Amino acid sequence: MWHLLQQIRKVGIISEPAPDADMAMLQHELQEQIARVFGRALAIRQVDAGSCNGCELEIQALHNPYYNLEGMGIRFVASPRHADALLVTGPVSRHMAQALRRTYEATPEPKLVIAVGDCGACGGVFGESYASLGAIANVIPVDVAIPGCPPTPTALLQGILAAIGKRASS
Amino acid sequence: MPMPLSDLVFDKLPGALAAVRTSVTATRLVELCRHVRDDGGALVTLWGEDLRRDAQGFRLCVVLQHDNGLMVAELALPAVDPVFPNLAEIFPGAERLQRAVHDLVGLRALGGDARPWLRHAAWPADVFPMRHDAPTAATDLADDYAFVRVEGKGVHEIPVGPIHAGTIEPGHFRFSVVGEKVLRLEERLGFAHKGIEKRAEGLDAASGARLVARTCGDSAVAYAWAYAMAVEAVTVTSPPPRALALRGLLLERERIANHVGDIGGIANDAGFAFGLSQCSRLKENLLRANARVWGRRYPLDAIVPGGVRDDVDADAVRVLLEDLAVLEAELLRLREIYDNHAGLQDRFIGAGTVSPELAAKLGIVGLAARASGRAQDWRHALPAGPYAQPLTPVVRSAGDVAARVAVRFDETLASIGLCRSWLATLPDGELVAPLGAARADALGLGGVEGWRGPVLVAVRLDANARIARCHPHDPSWHNWPVLEHAIIDNIVPDFPLINKSFNLAYSGHDL
Repeated sequence: MWHLLQQIRKVGIISEPAPDADMAMLQHELQEQIARVFGRALAIRQVDAGSCNGCELEIQALHNPYYNLEGMGIRFVASPRHADALLVTGPVSRHMAQALRRTYEATPEPKLVIAVGDCGACGGVFGESYASLGAIANVIPVDVAIPGCPPTPTALLQGILAAIGKRASS
Repeated sequence: MPMPLSDLVFDKLPGALAAVRTSVTATRLVELCRHVRDDGGALVTLWGEDLRRDAQGFRLCVVLQHDNGLMVAELALPAVDPVFPNLAEIFPGAERLQRAVHDLVGLRALGGDARPWLRHAAWPADVFPMRHDAPTAATDLADDYAFVRVEGKGVHEIPVGPIHAGTIEPGHFRFSVVGEKVLRLEERLGFAHKGIEKRAEGLDAASGARLVARTCGDSAVAYAWAYAMAVEAVTVTSPPPRALALRGLLLERERIANHVGDIGGIANDAGFAFGLSQCSRLKENLLRANARVWGRRYPLDAIVPGGVRDDVDADAVRVLLEDLAVLEAELLRLREIYDNHAGLQDRFIGAGTVSPELAAKLGIVGLAARASGRAQDWRHALPAGPYAQPLTPVVRSAGDVAARVAVRFDETLASIGLCRSWLATLPDGELVAPLGAARADALGLGGVEGWRGPVLVAVRLDANARIARCHPHDPSWHNWPVLEHAIIDNIVPDFPLINKSFNLAYSGHDL
């Protein structure tokens, strides 16, 4: 236990007070916008609709201590019924299309859909085929797409901000 | 290679891997498989090819591992009613591969489980998408899969997935339980099937590399290297020594990133959030170093057929060495904390046990095999490229979650050592060798020990150097069935922990 406490003390708090002005602005803006538009935390449900797992790795990275995700007011939830937004990676495999549609239907209105990665945005290297429906927008309505293969955690945060902005202005 | 089947002719396959090929009849295939199994060998993978455009029938290709080399047995099958012997009686791990080869190519094993595996509802049972004359239009059908029912007093089912309660890939688990105890787990995969093999057909070698690297995002380096090795085999190309060392560096960094991430994730599933915070921080540091040196946190396309895309200069070498030293010190400290945490060890020890006997019978591979007493590691058995120095596989014998965590700690430290030695002795020279002319229809095999286990890619190019057939194989094919055994008699709440300790691929498996 002593070693454990020592390690915690030694590492300290590493949540970034933003490595640069852009990131500081992004974090600040996200926090402000979420508070203004939602008045509480933004609840996100992630759905892997057939991705290679690359985007999932970067979405998981968002949860590491550097990004202070919950500090900005972003929370990942287990059920679409608790979600304000769906964060969907693709391409949408035909075998996942029904599950994705049902998840979309289970998410209460008003809802945001954010398509993640080149595959989520346009089908990527997998495209459309006997097994793949390609872009998320081919299956459910999409508000914002975040390109990248995979998009970095910073790009993901920017995309989430863009989606909130779209919701605020509608 | 001593063989009792003396009438079989083995040709050496070109390329960096020790591999031979032979043509077999159905009877000979069964005898060969039996012989390899009795001699301690294993099935690696199998796939089907449609040769009807060349006025032939079909071809079943079976890859076996035997005596530290690979052996490809090719069985010619007729155009009408192509059937082959049920190899699952010899290698239990063949069963799902056989179901998949039926779903995709329409080659049918005689006997065994006849249910579809990769086919759900996107195409009908009499359509085989990997055949050249398959209709391209998809039909959405009703999905009706016959799960095995467990009967008895107090037995109930818990269906989970395909969408899980977290940022995880899609798949379905059907638990049959009494109270909290799991009597049976049945997996159903194929949800992430996006037609990678079909998509590869007709691509040039470079586009194929981008596609195959994305078979499984967490193992992109392993897939890209295996693919490059296969293409280099059929084009008789030798990547420069500097490229090979840099490939080794990329692969070991992929192993470190995944192992460190898992060490944190497994602890988190045992309620020890401290482990996740610490390890996800260390993983992030490694990804940021990747971004500084390779320009990308995940350098998915750093390996290209013929060599590597990016160089590592002296400044980058210094940065990487410094980062590795910090990581090593932190890991040693974390391992001590893990080892001395009674509550954590109480969850780890004895959970999800796969005995060495069961492991041998089921044909488990990779890090899970090494945690169950089996000293299998392709970096040791099939050393290619920079793995010239004898590498001693890390082995534990308990076969439980604790053993799979211990293997990860030790392998990460060993990988740091490998990276250090390559960085200190990086050979000078070119980064890429130009590809030679493609030997049309020749089979190229490439394989490396990815962080999860051995990744194999088989490639045939046509006369225009376009991909005629490409088959990527993930180690998860062999380990998913083992998970069904590992969970038996454990309690439902331990499933996330046990599952995470294997951390198997969905996309890599579903193709």
